[in-house]
Amino acid sequence: MTDVQWESLSNWAVAACGIVYFLALLVHLAEWASLRKVPVAAGAASVASVDIPGGVAVATGPGGEDDGQVRRTEFLGRLGYLLTGLAVGIHLVGLVGRGMAADPDRVPWGNMYEFTLTGTFVVAALYVGLYHRLRLAWMAPIVVAFVLSVLMVAVIWLYSPVAPLTEALSSYWLVIHVVSAIIATGAFTLGGITSALYLVKERAPARESGYVARLPKLEVLDRVSYRLHAFGFPVWTFAVLITGPIWAHQAWSSYWNWDPKEVWAFITWVVYAAYLHARTTAGWKGRNAAILALVGVATLWFNFIGINYFSTTSQHSYAGAPAFETPDVDSGVLTVE
Amino acid sequence: MSTPTPTRTSLSTRPADDDRRPGELTFRELLRWIWRQLTSMRTALILLLLLALAAVPGSIIPQEGVDSLKTSNWQADHPKLTPVYDRLGLFSVYDSPWFSAIYLLLMVSLVGCILPRTWHYWRGMWAKPPAAPRNLTRLPDHASYVAAGEPDAVLERAQAALRKRRYRLSVDGDAVSAERGYLREAGNLVFHLAVVVVLVGFAMGGLLGYKGGVILLVGDQYGFSNTPDQYDDFDPGSLFDADRMEPFTFSIDDFSWDVYPTGPRAGMSRGFESRLRYQESIGGEEKSYELKVNHPLSIGSTEVFLIGHGFAPVITIRDGKGEVVYSGPTIFLPTDQTMQSIGVVKAPDAKPTQIGLEGEFYPTVAFSKQTGSYFSVLSKPADPLVSMLVYTGDLGMDDGAPQSVYALDKTKTTMLTKKNGAPYRIDLRPGEKVALPGGIGTVSFDRLEEWNKIQISQTPGKFLALGGVVLALIGLLGSLFIRPRRVWVRARREGDGTLVEVAALDRSGGGDVAVVVDELVKALQQQPEEKKQ
Repeated sequence: MTDVQWESLSNWAVAACGIVYFLALLVHLAEWASLRKVPVAAGAASVASVDIPGGVAVATGPGGEDDGQVRRTEFLGRLGYLLTGLAVGIHLVGLVGRGMAADPDRVPWGNMYEFTLTGTFVVAALYVGLYHRLRLAWMAPIVVAFVLSVLMVAVIWLYSPVAPLTEALSSYWLVIHVVSAIIATGAFTLGGITSALYLVKERAPARESGYVARLPKLEVLDRVSYRLHAFGFPVWTFAVLITGPIWAHQAWSSYWNWDPKEVWAFITWVVYAAYLHARTTAGWKGRNAAILALVGVATLWFNFIGINYFSTTSQHSYAGAPAFETPDVDSGVLTVE
Repeated sequence: MSTPTPTRTSLSTRPADDDRRPGELTFRELLRWIWRQLTSMRTALILLLLLALAAVPGSIIPQEGVDSLKTSNWQADHPKLTPVYDRLGLFSVYDSPWFSAIYLLLMVSLVGCILPRTWHYWRGMWAKPPAAPRNLTRLPDHASYVAAGEPDAVLERAQAALRKRRYRLSVDGDAVSAERGYLREAGNLVFHLAVVVVLVGFAMGGLLGYKGGVILLVGDQYGFSNTPDQYDDFDPGSLFDADRMEPFTFSIDDFSWDVYPTGPRAGMSRGFESRLRYQESIGGEEKSYELKVNHPLSIGSTEVFLIGHGFAPVITIRDGKGEVVYSGPTIFLPTDQTMQSIGVVKAPDAKPTQIGLEGEFYPTVAFSKQTGSYFSVLSKPADPLVSMLVYTGDLGMDDGAPQSVYALDKTKTTMLTKKNGAPYRIDLRPGEKVALPGGIGTVSFDRLEEWNKIQISQTPGKFLALGGVVLALIGLLGSLFIRPRRVWVRARREGDGTLVEVAALDRSGGGDVAVVVDELVKALQQQPEEKKQ
């Protein structure tokens, strides 16, 4: 296949996966709408058990009509999950196509569009991968809606044609650095969603109907959130404090430059360190830790997208920065002899 | 605060039943109170958040150490804010006293926290698992069942099962106590210790190291030897010692690169490669190295990086008397990806008047009718041209004040103009020569040379910092994923059978111990049947 074909395959796949995510979202919304007719009460008790984190609470009361309803919601839930899985597969095709379209072939994260494409892919793939392990069914509509909207932002505002990487970016450290940064971003994003739901649930713990009532118990939300962060934090440490400096040292001769992107990655690291710390500090558990997790995810996404527009000095800026640093005009201040 | 009882000499910190009001502290008590506060978890947490907050201004306000040009431009644009910001250290946040204060306090807090914890941990290492609570069923995660065998047999099975799961055991009457996950705290301590190591490494780099840049012309007639005065910009740490610089020398024999011919980045350069000839010490063996982007040369503890390139037209100026007053490659700084560059030439010794030239260099020139000016179509020098304006008068180089070699002080000069008042511009291709009006001299563009921007740095402690981060990561993994657990199994005779109670406690707060209890109960119940089969 030619590069042009790869590029159009990628564009086609991204559009297709958007449609499938949308279908998945519709199915999950139908699932939750149909769940409204099923009483929470009986199921809530089983969800409340610490043994079953997650899992959509479903009443197992008598009555044929309810039974049919329950089967239908279960079917919709499975269908939504399958559609999400399918969308993730097509999403991957889009990513690979993007990488193959460049000459020479490369990893698909040379600009903001590709970063966002990869970031959303990792969020969705982590969700699909951890769905059974952490029983994330309750998260489905939110994750799918998040991925779909960010993907739309990427396609509408961030799209840029395939281009080769600038010289300083073509290093295998880039691959390791960015892969780990994006994986951590995915985990932190899922953790942030869980923490946000924790805060919502905390405001109305006694509600008996609606989405919030079917969320797992606060302890479970807190634990799922902790596990996601506990996974993300070492990966982020590896990305930001090990591979990042090694790459920076090779490309710019100094392993830490206080460049805005580095500063914000450091801020994110500190906030998540504080989150983990808060969970072991009396008086900071639960609510305050959840707020810290949200602050963390805000700094993370600000760094991922925002800083590129705020700062032009960043050496991480991909908005058409010269391949090769141009020397400062005043770097040659010399005294007249 | 003052101590109200100066006469007291007792070392006891016990509150005396004297005239002190409640809440009053002696000096020692005050110190101890401060130390307690500083090393508390809550203070560490607040300091962490403060550190994150304090790092923010440095990413918004231009920093002297990161981009000095942008900083001076910003300062020129904000004359009122600049003195205030300067006072607050906002132009070099990461060296400022308040930023340092936060991380030093954090360090003290950290050390104050880990020292007692290490001691505590050390003693705990050798302790037996705590005895089983009297009532196991009161623990949140527990199970009980009635078994057929004797209590002793059940306890033996429990010991075997727990030993297989790598628990530390102690038997105490009718109960087995087990504990595992001691390494979690070790991981935690290693992580905190490693943070200190990283900071030491980082500080070493900042204090003892240096970073400098030099623009070096391509060609073996030009060379560089590693002494501070050879650098164009030199940024040493505050404890830097020039004696520690490696005595190497190098020159660039050849520099090659090419250009994307097509595609969205057509015209953009790639594949930069400089052939370096170097000697590690004066009179040492001559070696050669292919210097590329992302591929630095290490000489001892110093590293040499290729970070930029550009053109240097060789320009000669003769003055009105025919004397050569300027001749040589002139470094032009690129302003965009097409390598359109700007530069100046200064001839302060020219007679009858000093001559200054300022203008652009185009590697492959084209003319735009739309804008009425030249532009560069390609970064490769296919059709190079320099186009410059001419200034006469006083270039301001006699008063001894430092002046940039890339800028012309035009305050006391006049620009040459044509008769119709338009600026007089000289356009030269290689080999061309032009006579300036009024007989003040001639300018020629003899040939084109190239230059490389080389960055050289020595960063002591970088492997210490790297090792520290790796150690921190290992410690972190231990502290996050090792689950400290206590498990108790109690068996006692009740009626015909044996009542077995199992309970577990997760000490990290993140684990799911109900699963552990279930799994252990299942194992205990299965074993005897397996033996029968």
